[in-house]
Amino acid sequence: MSERAPEPVTAAANPPIQPLPSNLLASDVIRASATAELPAPERQLTQVAKLIDVSKCIGCKACQSACIEWNDTHPDVEENVGVYENPHDLTPDMFTLMRFTEYENPKTNELEWLIRKDGCMHCADPGCLKACPAPGAIVQYSNGIVDFISDNCIGCGYCVTGCPFNIPRVSKTAHVSKKCTLCSDRVAVGQGPACAKACPTKAISFGTKESMIELAEERVEDLKSRGYDNAGLYDPQGVGGTHVMYVLHHADQPSLYAGLPDDPQISPVVRGWKGPAKTVGLAVAGLAAAGALLHGLFARANEVTPHDDEEAENLVDGAGHRGREA
Amino acid sequence: MAEKRVYSAPGDEIEAKHPVLVGRYRGITRLNHWVTAACMIVLLISGFSFFHPSLFWMTGLFGGGQTTRWLHPIVGLVLVASFLMLFVQMWKLNLPRREDVEWSLKIGDMLKGDEDKLPELGKYNAGQKFVFWGMSALIAVLVTTGIMIWEEYFPHIVSIPVRRIAVAVHALAALGAILIFIVHVYAAIWTRGTIRAMTRGSVTGGWAFRHHRKWLRELAGRQRPDTSK
Repeated sequence: MSERAPEPVTAAANPPIQPLPSNLLASDVIRASATAELPAPERQLTQVAKLIDVSKCIGCKACQSACIEWNDTHPDVEENVGVYENPHDLTPDMFTLMRFTEYENPKTNELEWLIRKDGCMHCADPGCLKACPAPGAIVQYSNGIVDFISDNCIGCGYCVTGCPFNIPRVSKTAHVSKKCTLCSDRVAVGQGPACAKACPTKAISFGTKESMIELAEERVEDLKSRGYDNAGLYDPQGVGGTHVMYVLHHADQPSLYAGLPDDPQISPVVRGWKGPAKTVGLAVAGLAAAGALLHGLFARANEVTPHDDEEAENLVDGAGHRGREA
Repeated sequence: MAEKRVYSAPGDEIEAKHPVLVGRYRGITRLNHWVTAACMIVLLISGFSFFHPSLFWMTGLFGGGQTTRWLHPIVGLVLVASFLMLFVQMWKLNLPRREDVEWSLKIGDMLKGDEDKLPELGKYNAGQKFVFWGMSALIAVLVTTGIMIWEEYFPHIVSIPVRRIAVAVHALAALGAILIFIVHVYAAIWTRGTIRAMTRGSVTGGWAFRHHRKWLRELAGRQRPDTSK
């Protein structure tokens, strides 16, 4: 039991079966929401990533089932309204969702069925973490996983505001925000994410970020040889790269895939609100209060003089007399 | 009968003559004011705790982050209702008048204590009117943007890009409200004899003569014939 679990490099292999202590420690947190200073991490975990090869996906939703199974969530049974998505959207109980797009390619005149597994992208520069006001409710580990710590979450929804991908969903019952954890609890004990393990076509792979980029390059080359000239890897640099990446046949138009952002980045509004506005705002309010206090202590107050009182009596009396005469 | 009120509100009256005491706020208005004030303070503390991580500990005053998140918007609505009642009572006498311009230009004289050089005023001076209209506008902005970012009940009322702007505007408007709040509280303390208007409801004749002479004049002229002598 003394040896910690190995860092997982794949979701394909079966995991170790002996119980092993978690290898994802509190000291591996490199960033935490609303927390300025963290102790320097003692080690650097290998950066991990999930690679979703959209060209291999058959839309079977096994990943969704595996996700529900592993995370023990209970998405509501909804009404069929004639779309492929089920449930209709990401929910606090559905961390990943196959989104389907019917695309008529103007070049080939063919109908393409674009299926993208939506979910948290695990940004290197996470907008949710930047926006969150609750200390330690959102953390980022040195292996790249961005995780929500529900015990610290206050359910305000600022993460929704911060996320460039529209991922977090706030529970109506528990009042905490939920999203894909990249199976941090599995990764901690040497296993790959449940969705990757369940995927029957290996459209979802998991491993080190480096190896996933290599795998993506192979896949892109293959797709290009099959006529997808614009095939490419989606690892958007506007958010510092992501730990969930896509291989897209149309990497020049990510938004074809159910509105995947072409160039996601943390909104400048969020940056301004969470950056200078905080410090300057606090300083302005503090200075105003301190200024008022100092002026109050040292400046002469505006006091009523006995003369004012006299004048008032004269005025009131005088007017009273006039009132009686009238 | 008594002349029409121009500078005073219903209920304002000379309460005593020797020494002069002038009724400025009725009980219901004072209650209304203090409910608003209490809401404001709760909102400032809870809002500040979300505004800056170094102040998050203040959520402990309300029973933790979750409770504070729940409480803040509800108290906000109570404040809006309460402020609205104050607004209805006070807006008319806060309309700008010609003397406000001169008063504002000579505000330096007032700070120096030469209030005699300033024009005579009705129930409110330009500073008080600024506080009134400033707060009214900011509260309107705060409630509008606040509903847009109220995750619990209105999660989809606006799109996420709009919500980003709303949350930033909410913070800025709150900052403005805090500054006005400081001006309001400070002015009430610095101008001695003011606070009793909101506690006991009356001010001294000297206070009324010094700061709101037209208001005092009007009330003096409206007195019922004195039958005590």
